[in-house]
Amino acid sequence: MLEIVTVSLLNGVVYGLLLFMLSSGLTLIFSMMGVLNFAHASLFMLGAYLSYQLGRWVGFWPALVVAPLLCAAIGAAIERWGLRRVHPHGHVAEILFTFGLAYVIEELVTMTWGRNAVANPVPASIDFSLFTLFGSTFPAYKGLMMAISVAMFVCLYVALRRTRIGLIIQAALTHPRMVSALGHDVPAVFVLVFAIGSGLAGLAGVIGGFMLLTQPTLAHAVGPIVFVVVVVGGLGSLAGALIASMLIGILQTFAVAVDYSMLDVLNAMGVGVSRASALGEVLGIKLATAAPVVPYLLLVLMLVVRPRGLLGTRDV
Amino acid sequence: MSEAAIVAHGAAGRRTWNRGAMVALVGLLLVLPHIPGLASDFARSLLTQMGIAAVFALSFNVLFGQTGLLSFGHAVYFGMGGYAAIHAMRAINHGFPLPMVLVPLAGAAGGLACGLVLGALTTRRAGTIFALISLGVGELFYAAAFMLPRFFGGEEGISASRTRGSFDLGIPLATQLDVYYVVVAWGLVAAALMYAFQSTPVGRMCNAVRDNPQRAQFVGYSTTRVRFIAFAVAAMFAGLAGGLHAVNYEIVAADALGAQRSGAVLIMAYIGGCAYFAGPVLGAIAITWLSSSLSSYTPAWQLYLGVFFIVMILYAPEGIAGLLLRHRAATRPSRGGWARAASASVPLLLIAAGAIVIVEMGYRLSTQAELGTRMRVLWIGLDAASAWPWVLATIAFAVGAIALPRVLRSSSGAPGEAS
Amino acid sequence: MSVRTSSAVGLGFAIACLAGSAGADVKIAFIDPLSGGAASTGILAQKTHQFYIDAINAAGGLNGEKLELLSYDNKVNPQESLIQLKRAIDEGARYIVQGNGSAVALAISDAVQKHNERNPGKEVVYLNYAAIDPALTNDKCTFWHFRFDADADMKMAAMTDVIARDAKVKRVYLINQDYSFGKAVAAAARRMLGEKRPDVTIVGDELHPLQKVNDFSPYVAKIKAAAADTVITGNWSNDMVLLIKAGKDAGLKVEWETYYGGSPGTVTAVGEAGVDTLKQVSEWHRNAAPELDGSVAAFSKRFPGKENEYAYWRAKTMWEMFAAAAKKAQSNDPVKVARALEGLKMPTSLGEVEMRADNHQLLQPLYVSTLERNMKYDSEGTGLGWRTDAKVDGKATALPTTCKMERPK
Repeated sequence: MLEIVTVSLLNGVVYGLLLFMLSSGLTLIFSMMGVLNFAHASLFMLGAYLSYQLGRWVGFWPALVVAPLLCAAIGAAIERWGLRRVHPHGHVAEILFTFGLAYVIEELVTMTWGRNAVANPVPASIDFSLFTLFGSTFPAYKGLMMAISVAMFVCLYVALRRTRIGLIIQAALTHPRMVSALGHDVPAVFVLVFAIGSGLAGLAGVIGGFMLLTQPTLAHAVGPIVFVVVVVGGLGSLAGALIASMLIGILQTFAVAVDYSMLDVLNAMGVGVSRASALGEVLGIKLATAAPVVPYLLLVLMLVVRPRGLLGTRDV
Repeated sequence: MSEAAIVAHGAAGRRTWNRGAMVALVGLLLVLPHIPGLASDFARSLLTQMGIAAVFALSFNVLFGQTGLLSFGHAVYFGMGGYAAIHAMRAINHGFPLPMVLVPLAGAAGGLACGLVLGALTTRRAGTIFALISLGVGELFYAAAFMLPRFFGGEEGISASRTRGSFDLGIPLATQLDVYYVVVAWGLVAAALMYAFQSTPVGRMCNAVRDNPQRAQFVGYSTTRVRFIAFAVAAMFAGLAGGLHAVNYEIVAADALGAQRSGAVLIMAYIGGCAYFAGPVLGAIAITWLSSSLSSYTPAWQLYLGVFFIVMILYAPEGIAGLLLRHRAATRPSRGGWARAASASVPLLLIAAGAIVIVEMGYRLSTQAELGTRMRVLWIGLDAASAWPWVLATIAFAVGAIALPRVLRSSSGAPGEAS
Repeated sequence: MSVRTSSAVGLGFAIACLAGSAGADVKIAFIDPLSGGAASTGILAQKTHQFYIDAINAAGGLNGEKLELLSYDNKVNPQESLIQLKRAIDEGARYIVQGNGSAVALAISDAVQKHNERNPGKEVVYLNYAAIDPALTNDKCTFWHFRFDADADMKMAAMTDVIARDAKVKRVYLINQDYSFGKAVAAAARRMLGEKRPDVTIVGDELHPLQKVNDFSPYVAKIKAAAADTVITGNWSNDMVLLIKAGKDAGLKVEWETYYGGSPGTVTAVGEAGVDTLKQVSEWHRNAAPELDGSVAAFSKRFPGKENEYAYWRAKTMWEMFAAAAKKAQSNDPVKVARALEGLKMPTSLGEVEMRADNHQLLQPLYVSTLERNMKYDSEGTGLGWRTDAKVDGKATALPTTCKMERPK
C-alpha cells in the first residue's frame, strides 16, 4: 500500500511538473491578452522537433539552450505579424487565428520531418538511473525535468515580482489600458510576453520530446489539458498554475491506481445495484478507466462554481 | 472591421432572398445529382455530406452569429442526436413501427434533450467562460463515450441498417440518391425553420443579447433565458444533422462528438460568413469539397486548407458571403479596378507558385520518399533532390512577398477603399 | 444574385474536378492509418502491399490485367473508414485491404456486407491482413471477408502452450487496449490459462484507452505493486512502445508476453532489458528459417532504412494466395475469386497454409519467439534478434468456429 502510494505520488509530481512547464507560458499569454492560444501546444511540439534536429547537429546541451530561443523568436513573429493584425477583428478572430495556426504548424512539421515519430531517444548523458525507490528505478531525465520546472517557476516568480519589466508586465496583466496611458509601450510588452511564453513552451518541448513520442500529433495529445491547468489555476497567477498542474497530475495518477468504482462502494454499503442495468453500467466505471475524464470534470466544475480559478486575480 | 460593423452589414444581405430565388434553389437541388459529372455515387455522397454539414453549420450559427455564443463543443449535440438516431434505426431494424425517413426526428429529439440539460448548466455565463465550458463539456462527452459501451458502442461505435424496416413509405433508402433526397428535404425544412426563428421576437432578442446584453437586461429581458432558448434550438438542429449523418453512414462512433468535428463546424461557419444567414451554408460546401477533393491531388492538402483558413481570418473576416456581397460592385467593369486587380495578381501568383513548389517538394521528400525525387509540380517536371528548384522557388516567393505590399500601396488611390 | 451565381460557378468547378476516373486495371483499395499515432505501422504495411502488387504486375498481372493500389487514410477511425470505403468503391476498387484496428475491421466488414446486398453485380471483397478480433471469423463472419492473420484466440493458444511449460510463471498481469480486440485478448488469456495452468493467479486485468495514454508509469506502478512476474498484452503501435518504455524506465522485471513485441520501435525502446524477457507470438520472425532471406533482401533493397524493416510476411502469403485464386478462377471478378480462395491450400517457405472454407480464416504456422543477443539477424540495428521458442504447425492452430455465413448463389 505504502509502495503504490509513494510511487504514485512521485509519478504524479513528475507529470504535474511537466504540465506546469507547458502551461506556465500559456498562463502568461492568456492572462495578458485574453487570447486562448491554441498554438501553444504546437510550439511545445516545435521545441521537441527543433531540439531533435539541433541535437543531431550540435548535441543535446546546446540544443537545450538554442531550441527554446528559436521558439521564442517564432512566438514573437506570430504576435507581431499575425495576432496584432487580427486583434482589431475581435477576440473570436484571434482564437480562430491561433486555431488555424496550430493546424498549419502541425502540417509544416509533417512536411519537414515526415509523419512517423522521429527517433528522439533520451540523450546518453542523462540516460541513467538516479535512485531506486521500492524496487522501481527513477530515471535521471525525469530528475532533470523536475529541476528545470522548479527553476522555471522560481525565475518567473522573481522576474515578475522584483524586476521593473516584471512589474510593468504584472500591471499590464490587470490594467493594460492604464499602463498604456502611463506611457509604456504595451504592444512591445505583448510581444515580449508572447515570446517568453513560447520560449517556455519550447523548453518544455525539449524534455517532453523524449519523454513522450516526438511525432506530429504530439500537440493534440497535450493541448486540451493545458487549458484545463490554466483555467483551474486562475488567470494571472503563476502559483495557481503550479498548484493546478500538481493537483491534476497527482489526481490523474492516483485515479489510475484505484480499481474500484461507485458500484463497488454502493455494494459494499449494502445498496444492491445490478451491474447489468443501465445505472449499473454508469456507476460501474472503475476510477482507473475514468482517469482521463478527471481533468475535464474539474474544468467544468471550476468554471461553473468559481470562474476565477483557484488563485486568479481577475475574471476570465 | 469590428464585429458590430460586420453584423450590421448582415441585415442588408437578407434582402437578396425572394420567392423566385427560393423556387430556383429548390429546383437546382433536385436536379443536381443528375447532372453529368455529378451522377456518380461518389459525387452524390459528397453532395449529401455537404447537405448534412450545411444543416450543422446553420445550427452552429444560431448560437454564434445570432446570439454571440462561441462554442467549442457543438459537436456534442450533433453526436448525441446521431446516437439517438442510430439507436432508433436499430429499434426499427428489430421491428419498431417507424418509417426510416422520420429517423432524423429522433436525432432532433436527442439533440434537444441534451441541449435542455446542458444548456441549463452552461448558459449562465457568456463570452470566454462559455467557450471554455463548452470545450470542457465536449472533452468530457468524448471521453465518456469510451466508458459507456452500451449506449456509445466504445471504439466500434453503433451501427444499424437503413434498409431493414417494417414500412418505408415507398422510399427504400437503398441508394445514395435516395439518401441525398432525404437529406435535401430535411435540410430545407431545417433551414426554413431556422430562418423563421431569426424573425421571431425571441430570435430578435438573441441579436439584442449578442450586441448589448446590459441594455437587453435593462429593457427587462433575462439574458440567461434568451441564451438558453437559443442554445436549445441550436442543439435541436444539430441533433437533426446528427440524425441525417446516422442515416447516411449507418454507423455513429465517438468521433461524431469529438473536438475535431466541433472545430470543423466552427471553421465552416466562420469562413462562410457568420453575419449572414446563408454564410455557413457556403462555408460548409467549400470546406467539405476542399477536404474531400483536394486530398486526391496533393498530400499537402491539409496545409493548404490551414493556410486558406488563416488568410481568410486575416484578410476577409466577414467570410465568403461577405466577400461576395461586398464585391458585387466588382462585377461592373471599372478601369481602375481591373488594373489594380491585374497588377496585384502578379506578385500573388509568384508567392503562390514559389510556396506550392517548396511545399510539394517538402512533402514528397519527407512523406513519400519511396516514390523518388522526380516529380511534376504545377505542370513542370523537376527533381526535388537538386538545389535549383528550391533556389528558384525561394526567389520567386521572396520577390512576390516584397513586391505585393508595394504594388497594393501604390495602386490604392481612392479614399475609403480598403484592400 | 451574385451569391447564387458564384455558387453556381463554384459547383461548376466542382463538377469539372469530380469527373470520375475509369480504367481497365484491377483496383485495390488500402484503407489504414497513414497519419497519427499508428502511422508507422500503416505506412510500412502500405509499402509492403505495394511491393507484392508490383511483383504480381511484373509477373504478367492478374489474368493479364494490371493491379493498382489506391491508398486511403482512415486514422484508425471506423467512421472515417466508411467514408473512405465509399470513396474507394466509387473510384472503382473491387478489393479492400485493411488491418490496423479491429474496430475498423468490424465496421468495414459490416459495410461491405450491406453494399454487396444492395448492389448485386458490383460486389467487393475484403482482405483483412492484421485485424484479429475473433468475432470476424465467428459471430460476425461474412462470405466477403478473408482473414490472413491468426486471430487473437489462436495466438493466445500458442502463447499459453509455451507458458504452460514454463514453471517460473506464477502471477500474471493482463493489460490491454479498451476495445473489442483488447477485451478478446484478456478473455482468451483468462480462459486458456484457466484450462492449461489453473495454478497461475491472474493478479490484474487492466484496460486502458486506445492510442491515448502518453505515460504508462502509473500502470507500471500497479504491475509492480501486484508483484506480477509475467505481463500479457495485446498492445500495438504507440501503446506497445510506450508501455515497454515505461517498464524499462522503472526497471520492471517481468516476462513480456506480447502479440506485437516486434512492432516498429518496440525493440529499440526496450533495448538490453528485453533480452530473455520480451516474447512475441507471430507468423514469422527474421531468424525463423533461412528460406526467408531472399524475400527480405528484395524488400530491403527497394525500401532501405531502419523504419522500413520488413514486418509483414503474411502480406506475401496473402498476395500469392490472391494471385493463385484468380488463376484458379480464370477471372478477376471478386465473386469468382472469393469462391476460388475458399479452401485454397498453398506451400510457403515456412510451411503449408490453408484458407478455411467454413469461416475464411487462414491457417498458417505460428512462432513464439524471445529476444536474444547474438542472433544471425538483429532487429532495428540494436544487436538483438528473435529466437524461436516454439513453432506451431498451421493445421494445429485451428480452433472451433461459430460462423454461419450466407453464401451467394
